[in-house]
Amino acid sequence: MLTFIVRRLLSGAVLLFVITTVAYTLLYLGGGDIARRILGQNATQEQVAAKAAELGLDKPLLEQYGGWLSQAVTGDLGRSWFSGQLVTVGVSSRLAVTLSIVIGAVLIAAVVAVTLGVLAAVRGGVIDRIVQFISVLGFAIPGFLIALGLVLVFAINLKLFKATGYVPITESFAGWLASVTLPVAALAIGAIASVTQQVRGSATDALNRDYVRTLRSRGLGSNRVVYKHVLRNAGGPALAVLAVQFVGLVGGAVIVEQVFALPGLGQLAVQSTTNGDIPNVMGLVLATAVIVVVVNLLIDLAQAALNPKVRLS
Amino acid sequence: MTELVAPVPVVSPTRAKTSLMRRLVRNPVGLTALFFLALVALVAVFGPLLAPADPNAASLQTILLAPGEQGYVLGADSAGRDVLSRLLSATQISIGAALVAVVVALALGVTGGLLAGYYGKWFDSVSSWLTGLIMALPGIVVLLAARAVLGPSVWLSMAIFGVLMSPAFFRLVYASVTAVRNELYVDAARVSGLRDGRIIARHILSVVRAPVIIQAAMITGIAIAIQSGLEFLGLGDLSVPTWGGMLSDGFTKIYNAPVLMLWPSLAIGLTCISLTLLANALRDALERSSSTRKRRRAGKVNGAPAERAAVVGHADDVRAAKGEVLLSVRDLHVGYDQPDGSLTQVVHGIDLDIRKGEVHGLIGESGSGKTQTAFSVLGLLPSGGRVTKGTIDFGGLQLADAGENVYRKVRGKRIAYVPQEPMSNLDGAFTIGSQLVEPMRVVLGLSKQAATERALALLARVGLPDPKKTFASYPHEISGGQAQRVLIAGAVSCDPELLIADEPTTALDVTVQAEVLDLLRDLQAEFGMAMLLVTHNFGVVADLCDRVSVMQSGLIVESGPVRSIFNHAEHPYTQSLLDAILEDGEPRGALAPRKEVSA
Repeated sequence: MLTFIVRRLLSGAVLLFVITTVAYTLLYLGGGDIARRILGQNATQEQVAAKAAELGLDKPLLEQYGGWLSQAVTGDLGRSWFSGQLVTVGVSSRLAVTLSIVIGAVLIAAVVAVTLGVLAAVRGGVIDRIVQFISVLGFAIPGFLIALGLVLVFAINLKLFKATGYVPITESFAGWLASVTLPVAALAIGAIASVTQQVRGSATDALNRDYVRTLRSRGLGSNRVVYKHVLRNAGGPALAVLAVQFVGLVGGAVIVEQVFALPGLGQLAVQSTTNGDIPNVMGLVLATAVIVVVVNLLIDLAQAALNPKVRLS
Repeated sequence: MTELVAPVPVVSPTRAKTSLMRRLVRNPVGLTALFFLALVALVAVFGPLLAPADPNAASLQTILLAPGEQGYVLGADSAGRDVLSRLLSATQISIGAALVAVVVALALGVTGGLLAGYYGKWFDSVSSWLTGLIMALPGIVVLLAARAVLGPSVWLSMAIFGVLMSPAFFRLVYASVTAVRNELYVDAARVSGLRDGRIIARHILSVVRAPVIIQAAMITGIAIAIQSGLEFLGLGDLSVPTWGGMLSDGFTKIYNAPVLMLWPSLAIGLTCISLTLLANALRDALERSSSTRKRRRAGKVNGAPAERAAVVGHADDVRAAKGEVLLSVRDLHVGYDQPDGSLTQVVHGIDLDIRKGEVHGLIGESGSGKTQTAFSVLGLLPSGGRVTKGTIDFGGLQLADAGENVYRKVRGKRIAYVPQEPMSNLDGAFTIGSQLVEPMRVVLGLSKQAATERALALLARVGLPDPKKTFASYPHEISGGQAQRVLIAGAVSCDPELLIADEPTTALDVTVQAEVLDLLRDLQAEFGMAMLLVTHNFGVVADLCDRVSVMQSGLIVESGPVRSIFNHAEHPYTQSLLDAILEDGEPRGALAPRKEVSA
């Protein structure tokens, strides 16, 4: 178990190294005249050159990246070139917003999708067809269109929620809840659709397994077999899809946050990439890659808990 | 095992393809999606020509015109540009850019998958690692970074998105190719001297073509969604009209003119939905083409014989006549409902009597309906299957049309089941012990401790050397022979009156088979159970059974005491089964005198 975790963490570290290297190289190659952009059009050529030297932009790529990397491993990601804010502070404060809506959406998606998927697999017939149709729609319609629809209906026409803005959970729980409800719903719908399809498929598969018939032949009721054996066996594939969804939702959040004007990673990402704020962009890339590594590790551990065959290898 | 052999018609590839298309068109959902996409494609090609005005011509006089005013059919946007013209021109760019993504993803994914799957080795590991890396990247962050580097070009960002999506094709093709690579017909092609390129084109591409088309439809939809999303964020090229750009413009005027958002939303939403529905319809059509293609009318019954031939009956001999009847099956018909409403019959009216304490063999070849008969007694036919006619009388209980509440008191406690394939009949996610204890607690109402003790005793009884260790093991940690002993222990755990054993030794090693048969014989005597032994092996029948029924094509053709059937088989099918074992050598311990069983 421990060696498994250590091995996964090591391969995660390799992944982080590769991703940051690629990202830094790309940003370096396409950076353009960043010092000029920071100082504005009125700055003199000398001022721009001085700024470039100050930021280390005149050094070769390897040296720049080496400098960034040696600081990054100590937890120092530098300061934003434009706002001067510490990257760790800027990214982590926004990460909290993004993660709160993404985790909320994933949890809701998991509960709703397992319920719908198992229902469709066990009942079949009309219920199955309705569930399938809804999940096809939810899958097909882009998340930000759903977000726009929710804003139009619930915020602008019904005035049930505020269309934009964010209330930190530390300030007011009810206010926070009201400000994240629509974004979470917008994100969750797509995830529910995908995970429902998967749960339905793997539950149908598990229901047709020989051991289900054998357990029933021993006198166990079909509900008992479904809740204990079918759910557990369908859980593995469903978790795998949920992990993919989690990564996808971090991306989806970027757009949905923009619709609801939430101060999350999305806003920072759009600003930093348009400005060419390399420290911020690297901080974002690192943060998302760490999320991916951690989520995948957690999912693998959950898989191992569900499936004894994985446990041993 | 279920032995449902549906006739698979031989269809030439071209005919299969046209009928696939025809089936797709016959599906109303698929047809609608196809029709809408054709419309979108036409607009994409001719849209700019149809546009009544220059899509970029801004005018202060026409800002936010409502639809229909001043000849602006769909109104004008926040810069006074004609919405209809922009929509028509945007279609070309939005669809074209999405296609760029799909083509890039196809080129990389399919080529990579073919090479990695077919040649394996280092190429395999490198490309698998690369796809893992790409899939770990959050796509939108990459696209944002790429936009910072390369500028706001919709074409470039979609090409990069194509790279990000290529693992979807890679995985699909890779999985199919590795599955096909070692197939005999590919080996045969290689041996016959076909070049690798020809083999890939002929044998491998044809396998993955359909799934790749389905995947491509899905990815086109995703590409349109992502591309519109980026433009919605204001990161697109503002100089060209796109669906996402129009949406972004509408969003800024969401309070004044929400209708501006309607047209691009409809375009994006309907196109994405149509692509997904088309992919689903294609998948459905493909799946259906692999089963029977015949159209059947509702209410029609397939597979029933013209008439029931007479059963060759043998008079009871002294020993076999004993005991009262425990299970009495009369005129049993079993059928499977087909999606088109017809019924495929697999058992065509059989009679079967099993007396208390008797071992009754049900013998026949694969597909003769013997397993279906066993499952109908247990009330555990696979989904779609049901008893369509006849009665199953079990000690006065009528089981043929019984519901779950009747069966709950019968299964496990009175009728038990030993399956054919030991490994697949244990749930790999739970320990052996928990799978034994759970039914005993439910059926016998035992405490956890009592059930555990009984389970350990049973594991010892069925001959497992270390019951405690087996109890704590997971199914994948024990051998097939051990698993079958576990299943037998589970079957007798609630002291049943009738044990249904479905080919209990077929999946086992020859050395283990005899031991398991001995175990079954001993347990049958010890528990005083009746046993229905389903088998295709007359050696097993000779070894264990008092009475035997011979089944062929869903009917019982001959029935009687074992000794009588062995000595005077009358039905040609019985004779051929007997001849088959005599060729293999003497049946093990046939007809040896055996101990009497008290009923």
